Amino acid sequence: MDLSLSEDQEMLRKMARDFLANECPKTLVREMEEDEKGYSPELWAKMAEQGWTGLPFPEKYGGVGYSFLDLAVLLEEMGRACLPGPYFSTVVLAGGAIMEAGSEEQKQKLLGEISEGKLIATLALTEPSASYKANDIQVTAAAEGGGHVINGTKLFVPDANVADVMVVVARTGGQGAEGLTLFLVDPKASGVSITQLKTIASDKLCEVTFDKVKVGQDAVLGEVGKGWPMVETVLQKAAVAKCAEMVGGAQQVLEMTVNYSKERVQFGRPIGSFQAIQHHCANMAIDVDGSRFISYQAAWMLSEGMPSTKEVAMAKSWTSDAYRRLTALGHQVHGGIGFTKDHDMQLYYRRAKAAEVTFGDGDFHRDVVASEIGLPDPA
Amino acid sequence: MEFKFTETQDKLRAEVRSFLEEELKHGSFEPSNDAWIDGYSKEFSRKVGAKGWIGTIWPKGYGGKEWSFVDRLIITEELLRFGAPVAYHWMSDRQCGPCVIAYGSDEQRKDILPRIIKGEVSFALGMSEPDSGSDLASLQTRAVETEDAFIINGQKIWTSGAHEADYIYLVARTDPDVPKHKGISEFIVDLKLPGITVKPIVDMMNSHHFNEVYFDSVRVPKSALVGERNRGWYQIAVQLDYERSGLERIMSPYPMFHMMLDLARQEPVLYNNPEVRHKLTDLVVKFEVGRLLIYRVAWTLSQGRVPNFESAMAKIYGTAFEQHLSHMATQVLGLSGQLMEDSRWAPLRGLASRSYLFCAGATLRGGTSEILRNIVALRGLGLPSQ
Ligand SMILES: Cc1cc2nc3c(=O)[nH]c(=O)nc-3n(C[C@H](O)[C@H](O)[C@H](O)COP(=O)(O)OP(=O)(O)OC[C@H]3O[C@@H](n4cnc5c(N)ncnc54)[C@H](O)[C@@H]3O)c2cc1C
Repeated sequence: MDLSLSEDQEMLRKMARDFLANECPKTLVREMEEDEKGYSPELWAKMAEQGWTGLPFPEKYGGVGYSFLDLAVLLEEMGRACLPGPYFSTVVLAGGAIMEAGSEEQKQKLLGEISEGKLIATLALTEPSASYKANDIQVTAAAEGGGHVINGTKLFVPDANVADVMVVVARTGGQGAEGLTLFLVDPKASGVSITQLKTIASDKLCEVTFDKVKVGQDAVLGEVGKGWPMVETVLQKAAVAKCAEMVGGAQQVLEMTVNYSKERVQFGRPIGSFQAIQHHCANMAIDVDGSRFISYQAAWMLSEGMPSTKEVAMAKSWTSDAYRRLTALGHQVHGGIGFTKDHDMQLYYRRAKAAEVTFGDGDFHRDVVASEIGLPDPA
Repeated sequence: MEFKFTETQDKLRAEVRSFLEEELKHGSFEPSNDAWIDGYSKEFSRKVGAKGWIGTIWPKGYGGKEWSFVDRLIITEELLRFGAPVAYHWMSDRQCGPCVIAYGSDEQRKDILPRIIKGEVSFALGMSEPDSGSDLASLQTRAVETEDAFIINGQKIWTSGAHEADYIYLVARTDPDVPKHKGISEFIVDLKLPGITVKPIVDMMNSHHFNEVYFDSVRVPKSALVGERNRGWYQIAVQLDYERSGLERIMSPYPMFHMMLDLARQEPVLYNNPEVRHKLTDLVVKFEVGRLLIYRVAWTLSQGRVPNFESAMAKIYGTAFEQHLSHMATQVLGLSGQLMEDSRWAPLRGLASRSYLFCAGATLRGGTSEILRNIVALRGLGLPSQ
């Protein structure tokens, strides 16, 4: 057993932390919350230069060829910095789907462009039902003249407002997990309309409607009707990737809070000398470390290609709740100053709620654990 | 024991309800969370005053009705349940009026009380300072007595509604040379006086509800002093008990709670989900416990006893409930729980996500839960202090 990062990972972590400290200060984070696009193209270009946009893709597709575990290390730093923008959607979601389902040609072209920082992409999966279950996918794609015509509404699509291409999960027939197909759709295609939603994390989630959107044969990613298993794999990785971001945010909130409780004086002593505050900080530390190990265990297993359904579900169910709990304690220790927009505490508190409900919340993943430990489905 | 209200009280509740239903029908307000903090409507407060529902517990000599604390709780429960905009008169009715009655001069009583009762005067609470939050007694704002006035210098912070209020109920240091608790006095200060600057603070919901209030050589008449000079700390204690013991400490997000239960009754995806059922029913149970803890305070007061730790207990419980509720509501709504007020797709008018943000302050304002737990332990349970 070895619970530490490798030397290379330590280096990646340090580089990422320094880079983001310089390039992604909280002023940028705040600015991007109000920004139409929600990201800085200059920063994106610099991230591509660092090899970040191609980090997990094989070298033969233009990527850097790092492992999923390495990616988790980077994502942790991104979570710590509250990095705004379409990295997650492009690399983890769309990139992940293209890796899973794409033809050689599609991978060459799309992963190459992503790695170069020239292509922003996203995954259009969930719908107004707000569900991650195959059953609830209702956007349809009807075969027509060699291609397909897509109709329906996707909701909570991250960064669709700036994407160059969307991977759209649509029903080409059948029921449940059968008959779902992945399509590459140009967000500027006629019949596609995109509206930004107003969200708690001020991230760029969008409503995307498809009104008789025609796509050609070459738009299919993978095989017609066989898309869902790919989506499941992407969702597993996305859940753990989100955990890594949460761990980074949680670590930062803990550090901020411990520092503040050493500085803030009330009753003639640092508030950190009161046991009530010490206990809050200790509880936060337990939540950070618990989240870290359960998340990295899952990331490692995915990286090694091991079956990890249960570990992924345990990681997301635990970390979703722990991060939210921890940010609430962070606020409690900060008192009034943390309740202001100018303070960084709220940036994390809002993101914790968004991260909690994204890719399945605690309940969703506890259900997965229930099946994994052999509890029969309720009658 | 008798866990029920008198017939008169039931009638009172019904009257308040039908008034609110009528107002809703006329569109005079939209039910909103936290409306006792940021729902400012002078017009609405006047209507509540005209109904005779402000200052109900006060002595008849001051325009009150000498009703019991339980009667008052019934009125406030309905106002909160409907999410009515009552911020304009809330502090006045809850604590500033009672302080004037307890400690004010006759002149102050004649001046202020009748206006409070009509819903025509609004108070902000000027206690916290940048370096004096939980340790309120360390406050630095100075009031120096001259021949004919007090001159005030200093700064208050987190002052809710100072930009809407007529007066600030100010605690300031009148004697810096004695132990900190013994040099504090209370004042009623007109917020329009020269030298006062109210600066907005944008809160974590991106809205403006609290402020910084600066005092630059503000000259207030001697008649502004409430009660005895340097006795302010002991006077405040009573005020804080009133401040902490109301149903607003558990019902701030009630309109959202109500809407959520309604939604769950209608939506098969919700009512068919055993987790959702348990969460909602657990909330209903927890709410009832909190409601009783708060009624206990009112009942204790109505027996003529001072609830010296009970209000702290009620506030700790109630505000923790508010946070739990807001968390559960956003969670039950899943991905949609993160949608904010102006989103077309936001369920419950976006009140769940709003409430999730606002509730972070519930366990801070009016005394943090840590400070209140100390009170329960020391005063309530007689545990030794450090
Ligand atoms: C939404 C909101 C509205 C408000 N409105 C008003 C208002 O209208 N008027 C007004 O005057 N004030 C108002 N306040 C201020 C509020 O009363 C203070 O925030 C509160 O008293 C805490 O003070 P502080 O923020 O300085 O935190 P601090 O006192 O610095 O506390 C920081 C942390 O240390 C803990 N702590 C401090 N001392 C101890 C101790 N002895 N033992 C254990 N733990 C301790 C606290 O519990 C907290 O967790 C408002 C605050 C909020 C958030």
